[in-house]
Amino acid sequence: MTEKPKRIALIASKGTLDMAYPPLILATAAIAMDMEAGIFFTFYGLDIINKHKYNSLKVPPLGNPAMPVPMPNILGALPGMTAMATMMMKSWMSKANVASIPKLLDMAREGGVRMIGCQMTMDVMGVKKEDLIDGIEIGGAATFLDFAVDANISLFV
Amino acid sequence: MAEDIKVDSILDCKGLVCPEPIVKTNIAIKKLQVGQVLVMESTDAGATSDMHSWAKRTGHQLLKEEAAGNVLKFYVKKMK
Repeated sequence: MTEKPKRIALIASKGTLDMAYPPLILATAAIAMDMEAGIFFTFYGLDIINKHKYNSLKVPPLGNPAMPVPMPNILGALPGMTAMATMMMKSWMSKANVASIPKLLDMAREGGVRMIGCQMTMDVMGVKKEDLIDGIEIGGAATFLDFAVDANISLFV
Repeated sequence: MAEDIKVDSILDCKGLVCPEPIVKTNIAIKKLQVGQVLVMESTDAGATSDMHSWAKRTGHQLLKEEAAGNVLKFYVKKMK
């Protein structure tokens, strides 16, 4: 009995630390469940696989009412607030022993997650293939759709 | 007394959180022979639900679960 493996197709469109986690966690967990997984990195999501940036993704306090410190949201616009929010988040994550983004990317690559960088947004944002981590293929909407059309789960992050 | 389960391999996932326990479990189980038993030890409170879902989807058998303090132990038999 050879059943076709289940598949998850994800789009990562955000380049903040909090939005980098869901696609990577779901993709690596899917591989662990003997599923196939693919992530299409587009627009700011390209930062997640940009080797100059992926270790320094930030948490935006502005426009984020879920910030734990009760303060008027507009204060998030002050200089230094993004760095502070990012530092806090990184400190909680490291206390909870959550895997870092580079580590999750390693797990994704080792597990065979198909990772596609969006050619069009790379051109728009001046990102070169050399800026991206190893193991990324470059493609466009049709490349993603060709993978996603056979997916059981498809999510936009 | 319940029969003892012969354990072939122990995987220490203490301190790790989602998704690492199931990622490591799935890698470890692939190194065993069919019928062998892996024990995964975890301190992640989410591991119970995740291990049930993992076993259901991968087809491996969750033989037994134990809790000692905050350490959860999952006995998994490789089925394929």
